[in-house]
Amino acid sequence: MVSAEDAAAAGATTASLFTPGKLPLAVAIIVTSGCIIAWMLQARAGAAMYLRRIPALDAVTNAVGRSTEMGRPVLFIAGIQDMDNIQTVAGITVLSHVAKTTAEYDATIEVPTSRSLVMEAAREAVRGSYQAAGRFDAYNADAIRYITDEQFGFVASVSGQMVREKPAACFYMGCFFAESLILAETGNSIGAIQIAGTAESSQLPFFVAACDYTLIGEEFMAASAYLSGAPDQIGSLKGQDAAKVIVATLILLGVVLATIAALNVPQSEAVSRVLESVKGALGS
Amino acid sequence: MQGVLGILERLDRRWVFLAMALAVAGPILVMGITRKTLPETPTDASRAVFQAVQSLPRGSTVLLSFDFDPGSAGELEPMGVSMARQCALCGHKMVFISLWPLGGQMIDQTIKKVLRADFPHLQDGVDYVNLGFQAGNEQVMRVVLTDFKRAFPTTKSGRATADLPILSGIQRVGDFALLAEVSAGYPGSKEWVQYVVSASGGKLPMVSGCTGVQTPQLYPYFPGQIRGLLGAIKGAAEYESLINAWVLDPANAAEIASTGADVGVSAVIPPKYLEAQRRMGPQLGAHLLMVVLILLGNVVYLAQRRSQRRAAA
Amino acid sequence: MMRIVAMAIASIAGLVMLLSPFFPDLESVGAQSSEIFNVIAAIAFILGAGSLVKVNLSRIGRRDAGWGYALVTLLCFAITLIVGLGKIGVPPNPQFAATPWAGEKDAAGSAFAWIYEFVLTPITSTMFALLAFYVASAAFRAFRAKNREAMLLLGTAFIVLLGRTFAGVWLTGGLPEWASGLRLENLSMFIMQVFNTAGNRAIIIGIALGVTATSLRILLGIDRSWMGAGGGSA
Repeated sequence: MVSAEDAAAAGATTASLFTPGKLPLAVAIIVTSGCIIAWMLQARAGAAMYLRRIPALDAVTNAVGRSTEMGRPVLFIAGIQDMDNIQTVAGITVLSHVAKTTAEYDATIEVPTSRSLVMEAAREAVRGSYQAAGRFDAYNADAIRYITDEQFGFVASVSGQMVREKPAACFYMGCFFAESLILAETGNSIGAIQIAGTAESSQLPFFVAACDYTLIGEEFMAASAYLSGAPDQIGSLKGQDAAKVIVATLILLGVVLATIAALNVPQSEAVSRVLESVKGALGS
Repeated sequence: MQGVLGILERLDRRWVFLAMALAVAGPILVMGITRKTLPETPTDASRAVFQAVQSLPRGSTVLLSFDFDPGSAGELEPMGVSMARQCALCGHKMVFISLWPLGGQMIDQTIKKVLRADFPHLQDGVDYVNLGFQAGNEQVMRVVLTDFKRAFPTTKSGRATADLPILSGIQRVGDFALLAEVSAGYPGSKEWVQYVVSASGGKLPMVSGCTGVQTPQLYPYFPGQIRGLLGAIKGAAEYESLINAWVLDPANAAEIASTGADVGVSAVIPPKYLEAQRRMGPQLGAHLLMVVLILLGNVVYLAQRRSQRRAAA
Repeated sequence: MMRIVAMAIASIAGLVMLLSPFFPDLESVGAQSSEIFNVIAAIAFILGAGSLVKVNLSRIGRRDAGWGYALVTLLCFAITLIVGLGKIGVPPNPQFAATPWAGEKDAAGSAFAWIYEFVLTPITSTMFALLAFYVASAAFRAFRAKNREAMLLLGTAFIVLLGRTFAGVWLTGGLPEWASGLRLENLSMFIMQVFNTAGNRAIIIGIALGVTATSLRILLGIDRSWMGAGGGSA
């Protein structure tokens, strides 16, 4: 429980409803969310939305088809973090789409997980997908199993499984750390087609080097919307782009102002004061 | 393709593995036998970590968060050891915590290796304490912002933190003079910046040591939110060399002795405080091998392209 | 009905977590939501352990390929569980000497500490060390100068690879002071602090916006594919 002293330290009295120090953050969230919701509503109203092709997601169907032809399973790993990580949630949403394709193509899917909650969520997602595809008879709960929370224990088990069972398609969609390269290289050595997606920028180079397709950062976050094709979800991607334009404009404005402040011109002092007050308001 | 190029084109990757093993093992053996290390030129980021600890008033309480496990200990343990060593040499108090399940044991090992071995005059609970691991990731960070002892009600050995002299002046994380964080991934330095340093309005100084792959992610925060940054084993080696140079300088002997430490200033630094510098030898071998492999790979690629063009023509 | 309940829980919990940093009255509710998650995750571990035992026993029973590894897994799981829960070999806690099992499970001298020091630590270090070999084989196979961008990338890689070791100092240490910026170690730092930072900031901003959009879609119930592709969208 936050004490009154702590609330006062944060700049709010016990009587205030809102923490004033967080106002800039609240404004940023409202503006960003507003853009996203506005475009969702526009898309629902029937506005045409252009979305560029994402080759990694277009390759999902081909990858699953390859598994069916070769009679080998599809391997899906939703990262090594728990359900409180948004990347894991995004991975599970992609899993549901991949599982539906797997059910339709009559391939088998294996989903080793590193967290028990993720195992349960993945089972629900895959079961729902198999039901939606009308192939509930083919659903096997034991194909989605928990290995261990320990990062390298997990990757050791999965690597051994990959070398023995030789999946034809490997999907790595979620939050990964050091084990990413071990997974990707092992998949490469067995000749699997590999599609990866993560928002963990430190692991992107390894996936890009070793995988056939990689979803980089926000492409991974957009994957579920892209695969669903639903207009309002596509609209949210447009709203995201609009927010990005706003951010880029603010960055450019900041760069121009900071440059003027650094140069020895008559307006420098006034601009410096403006920048300092903005920094103070943002709490940095 | 025939000849050497043909061999390279069809090269089994196990030969590459063998080459890497030799590139790493060779320097380890040479440096182990000769007991020499490569010279280090500290960068600004490493110097900033050293200065951040050095500039604190003696007796300051430093929060050290060891957010790593044995898998990353090769890169990060030397950083943790050096941070604890510098704090002890400067007479600072140390509060150790971890947000990784196996981090508590890493702290135990560091305390045993550094504090109990070389600073026996320091008392557990008064000069340093191990609060161990606390589950909850960012939630722990949110709680320590306002009530540190609520997040860590007991030490790793079961003593109530409310009774500890070392924590008598600590209500919240902002009361610490410095946050020294050693990070292997999540939760780590980025989360500490996002949830604690930014929330404190930049008032809590933070220095960080991290793995090589994490370093690019943390450079945007340096030198703003993160005052000093040790990137990978190179950063650890630079930091270690700064501390060793400071210890070996006779001008500092009196200052070190006044903290109660008996470091026996001499020309020989104990091997445990040279680990990071020793590991730069294998790093040199591995990096040179990588450069050679990339060049060879491109030679093969260019030869393949040429033969394809000839065939097409 | 179950889907609606699940969606409602997700939306309400998410909204509380979103608003709690801004409204002091909600702060404790947000903290409790996080604690509830930790409790649920701990309970779910029992399901995970059950799945682990069931799947590995099935493998052993069917004599699947690699069933020996399943046997090793179960044995290690059982041994570690018994040693940890039973606090085998744990010395008494000096502060609570009269209370049995008051010592830390991983206290020095305990069987659990032995497993940590002589089994877990070497194994995880070994697995981490595999990265060095894999990055070498990936570099040999994949780092090809196929176009201008790739050549730029390779040049940067050489500068950073050499600049982060003594080789960089040895190669360019002789450059005069006015050209010290061209020394490999300084170039390497410049690349990390300018180009890499700029690129990372852009990726971080993109990811943050992506996370916002994904979270909104889930909280508003528009994207329900986390419940299965049949959940579809609103």
